[in-house]
Amino acid sequence: MTTVVDTGSVTRPGTDPAPALEQPAARERPLPVRALAWLGGHWTLVLAVAVVALVLAWAVVPGAFASHDPLAVDPAGKLRAPSAEHWFGTDQLGRDLYSRVVHGARASLSGSAIAVAVGAVVGSLLGALAGWFGGVLDAAIGRGIDVLLSIPGFLLAITIVVLLGFGIVQAAVAVGLTMTATFARLIRSEVLRARTSTYVEAATTSGASTWDILRRHVVPNSIAPTLSLVTVQLGIAIIWIASLSFLGLGAQPPDPEWGRLVSDGRNYIASRGWLTLWPGLTVVAVVLATNHISHHLTRRDAS
Amino acid sequence: MGRYLARRGAQAVLVLWAAYTLSFVLLSALPGDAVTNRIQNPEANISPEGARTLLAYYGLDRPLWEQYAHSLVGASRGDLGYSLTTAQPVRELLASALPSTLQLTSLGLVFGVLIAAVVAVATNYAPWRWLRTLTASGPALFASVPTFVAGIVALQYLSFRYGLIPSVDDGTFRALVAPAATLGLVVAAPLSQVFATSIRTTRSQPFVHVLHAKGAREGYIFRKDVLRNSSLPVLTLLGLAFGELIAGSVVTESVYARSGVGQLVVGAVNTQDLPVVQGVVLLSTAAYVLINLVVDLAYPFVDPRILVDGAPRGATRRRARQRSVVVEPAAPRLLPAEVVMP
Repeated sequence: MTTVVDTGSVTRPGTDPAPALEQPAARERPLPVRALAWLGGHWTLVLAVAVVALVLAWAVVPGAFASHDPLAVDPAGKLRAPSAEHWFGTDQLGRDLYSRVVHGARASLSGSAIAVAVGAVVGSLLGALAGWFGGVLDAAIGRGIDVLLSIPGFLLAITIVVLLGFGIVQAAVAVGLTMTATFARLIRSEVLRARTSTYVEAATTSGASTWDILRRHVVPNSIAPTLSLVTVQLGIAIIWIASLSFLGLGAQPPDPEWGRLVSDGRNYIASRGWLTLWPGLTVVAVVLATNHISHHLTRRDAS
Repeated sequence: MGRYLARRGAQAVLVLWAAYTLSFVLLSALPGDAVTNRIQNPEANISPEGARTLLAYYGLDRPLWEQYAHSLVGASRGDLGYSLTTAQPVRELLASALPSTLQLTSLGLVFGVLIAAVVAVATNYAPWRWLRTLTASGPALFASVPTFVAGIVALQYLSFRYGLIPSVDDGTFRALVAPAATLGLVVAAPLSQVFATSIRTTRSQPFVHVLHAKGAREGYIFRKDVLRNSSLPVLTLLGLAFGELIAGSVVTESVYARSGVGQLVVGAVNTQDLPVVQGVVLLSTAAYVLINLVVDLAYPFVDPRILVDGAPRGATRRRARQRSVVVEPAAPRLLPAEVVMP
């Protein structure tokens, strides 16, 4: 539009191309208005992105949001109800719950990120190997996937936690390894589809190396479905890691983690409900937001 | 049918063997075990002879492959070894924990199916738009609430605030309702999602339009045609949702302090009681495999056109001949009996 205005000043008098060109633009609302309209139509998505952004900020710079030291014990201020000083109240040791929730974001989110990264990388590698090379390798990996999927996932994660020990990273790796089967199955089918396609056949006949075909044709085609699975699994990973921590198998005290905070507060649910309510609601809000974004991405992917 | 069952049975045994081996390999990679820890604990004051006897009793002094072979033979006979902390047979521990968990999971499944059915039907048939929109967001909401949060909140309000349910497991049915409902919520998430979508897809099929055109009422069409046609994907999911049910029951039992398999495994993990962990993994894998086999066998009863191993059931074959409906293997088109009828 700016170019039209620029050229308009130098065009010969008598001919005025600007109105003719501006007419469709005039019917269309200006960009900021359209952007606002789109945002208004997708306000739930905006809200979800805002929640995730806020929590990510909590995880990256917790000091900028927390009002207190999450580990500072205050014997005089135990089990205080939520107030202006302590937004979410204080726990049984007088620690500020809001600060603990903010600092807990790092453990919960980095744990989920590690889990999904482990699942996606290991799973994709196995799936790509199985799909590309086929034969005995495919059969072996395929049976392995079948066995992994036939053990109830959460129990498998618990078993791996026994092996790795308790801790947030260990729990994350356990959850990630449990997820490999799902990723492997998806990537295998994507690679199989690409391998039998005519464009890969053409690339093979024109003498491209296996590595080049994988890099230039197979991988780019598998990225979109993998990404949408990543977002789906992220929500599941947050829940599983929080659940493992709730059972005492994940994050260890005194480090704050959302599931751990709920389990710490459970002894006081009769009288001090906020101790479990706020960390619990935080998990629900974050998972809801993640799932909503993932749903949106998946739907856009499909159309 | 007999051959199909035999093949599926053999597959199930193979999967169980692989799961057992996998858990054995995972757990034997562990540097310590409960017995060694107990021996090395200076407070326990166990003499070297006593230590040797103890290790020999649990078979821990033998090489690893021998332990594996021995425990595998035992497991195939139903002997899962002994708990390293209480010295009770794992089978007895499982047997005493199982009834409570079975009650919880089966009632949880009932709740899950009920919630899913209500949500799915309301999403598709509710007369008001706001109710349809509200229930349509149900599955996403259920999927976002972790079991422990739902359980704690239910306990906090229903039990402590309003005193509707007992806060500890006193063995009554009333104490079972809240945990089962909590568990039901978890299972309802995928079930309601798939059921709602499935009903919507079925309702847009041409035969439903034909039935409408013939003057059939909505309720009649739902009961006679839509329900059955849209329940196949739900059936598939029911088998898969069993995994969620197990995961959920571990957490639910912890929240409501109910004794059961979930509590057993969490306790065993905390004390590194490997035979118990392995026993629970083996038991739940067996249940998972069995349930999915039952689901596969149930397909032909819901949709007679689905063939088990290439051959339709006897009754189906007869009916198919009578009505001359085209029997298509594995890819059922949604074609109701009513359309064929004059």
